Amino acid sequence: MLFDILQYGFMQRALLSAVAISIICSIVGLFLVLKRHSLFGDALAHVAFGGIALGLFTGIYPILTAYVVAILAAVGVNKLRESTKIPPDSSIAVLLTSGLAIGVILISISGGFTLDLFGFLFGNILLVSNEDLIMILITVAIVVPIIYVLCKRLILIVFDENQAKVSGLNVTWINTLFIVLASITIMASIRLVGVLLISSLIVIPNITALLLGKGFKKTILISCAISVFSVVFGIVASYYVNLVPSGTIVLTMVSMFIVTIIVKNMRFRLKKIVVTK
Amino acid sequence: MQPIIKVTGLSYYYDSLPTLDNISFTVGKGDFLGIIGPNGAGKTTLFQCMLGIVGDYKGEINLFGSDIKQNKKILQKIGYVPQKKSVEQTFPATVEEIVSLGVIGMKNSRDDINMAIDFVELGSYRDKRIGELSEGQQQRAIIAKALVKQSELLILDEPTTGIDSASQERFYDLLTKLNKDKGITIVWSSHDMNAVERLANKVACIDRKLFFHGQSEDFFGNEERMKSYVEFAMQAHMNLHFGNKTNGKDKSETK
Repeated sequence: MLFDILQYGFMQRALLSAVAISIICSIVGLFLVLKRHSLFGDALAHVAFGGIALGLFTGIYPILTAYVVAILAAVGVNKLRESTKIPPDSSIAVLLTSGLAIGVILISISGGFTLDLFGFLFGNILLVSNEDLIMILITVAIVVPIIYVLCKRLILIVFDENQAKVSGLNVTWINTLFIVLASITIMASIRLVGVLLISSLIVIPNITALLLGKGFKKTILISCAISVFSVVFGIVASYYVNLVPSGTIVLTMVSMFIVTIIVKNMRFRLKKIVVTK
Repeated sequence: MQPIIKVTGLSYYYDSLPTLDNISFTVGKGDFLGIIGPNGAGKTTLFQCMLGIVGDYKGEINLFGSDIKQNKKILQKIGYVPQKKSVEQTFPATVEEIVSLGVIGMKNSRDDINMAIDFVELGSYRDKRIGELSEGQQQRAIIAKALVKQSELLILDEPTTGIDSASQERFYDLLTKLNKDKGITIVWSSHDMNAVERLANKVACIDRKLFFHGQSEDFFGNEERMKSYVEFAMQAHMNLHFGNKTNGKDKSETK
């Protein structure tokens, strides 16, 4: 069944880009979840909307403006959080609403754009072009090696920032670099699930893996496995059942999360019964 | 011999209120210094200044002969155990992974990590998630992280507050072992006066100002001194909390 659909070029591109995106979203997402930045993806996607609107308004390549605006906004909000000590969720709310506001104003000033709003909001992985695929693979080639090198430092920072500072780490610099990496990861992923569902790729595989994994490496591997399975299953299933791929991917991940909770609870109750007896 | 820590004229203001006021003291190699003071006395701020976490203080802090503002590399010689904070049960890092974080960017073997874990008696918890351990065990794991990077100085900020008494005793035994057997210099803040009297050879009493710094027996063996410290601490708090109001009243009455 899988081999049949692999004959199509659009499906090959879709599966390859989806697997690549799911892996980087899982890796970056674990640190975002542990930093309590789960909705960072959502916020950045909304800023990207503002960035795309800016590109269309000024006549500059919209994807480029979206990347630049998203990265600058993310770094700015990180600085805001560090300097004012406002809670992470509040700083993300500032990011989310301001991005959307900029987008709405620019669209209203220009009298509206012919933007594929549905595709932007909900993604369309089946329309990934060769250029999109190359961009996604370049993002993977940048993000994965840097996170690999920074992994231990990032773990220490999410565990305790003060201890990381005392260990001689330049916490501000590492945090800024991580935020930039997270930004380009999310920007590359919008094509897959769209603005409204982007957080699912960041959050759901990781919270499922956190229920199962012992150790950072194992947790990252489990999260990647859940994510890759969900996107491949979601894309293939949506093709045969004629559903929207992004929604099918997200529901696959949610189902795995719910099954994990049920199995864990059942195992816990079973253990309790055995101990009582 | 050159002191390991030399704090000279340290002052720190938060919202124009003095958190630390002209504090000076030294710590020699192998010393076990207990720092006592009530809540809000500035103990954590003192440590944050000493560790370079807070930088906008007045005065000078020399660690291992270098100014902490000029030379951050000396932090490699220091282990820091902060006030206990609750780690979520689902935090994925195992005890071994947390301990291995002590040697980021340095050469160290798995044997060193295992030895440090065994030293703090967490051998059987090696593969457990850090969040699954009790709070006392979590603090011991952080000590192991400091040990694995061969720290010469250990700074502990009320590490046992809120931990049950049995775990506290195990923790104190571990500190004594580190000081006596490994020769590690320890600076430790605590509310547990009995433990400080028992463990530390030097004592510093602070409440924004330094009230006393010297040999443990010179403080705990002198009832008059202890009594006047309690009065000093109470007076300092009265001044901080009611000083402004009193000043305001005085001014209005003068008018």
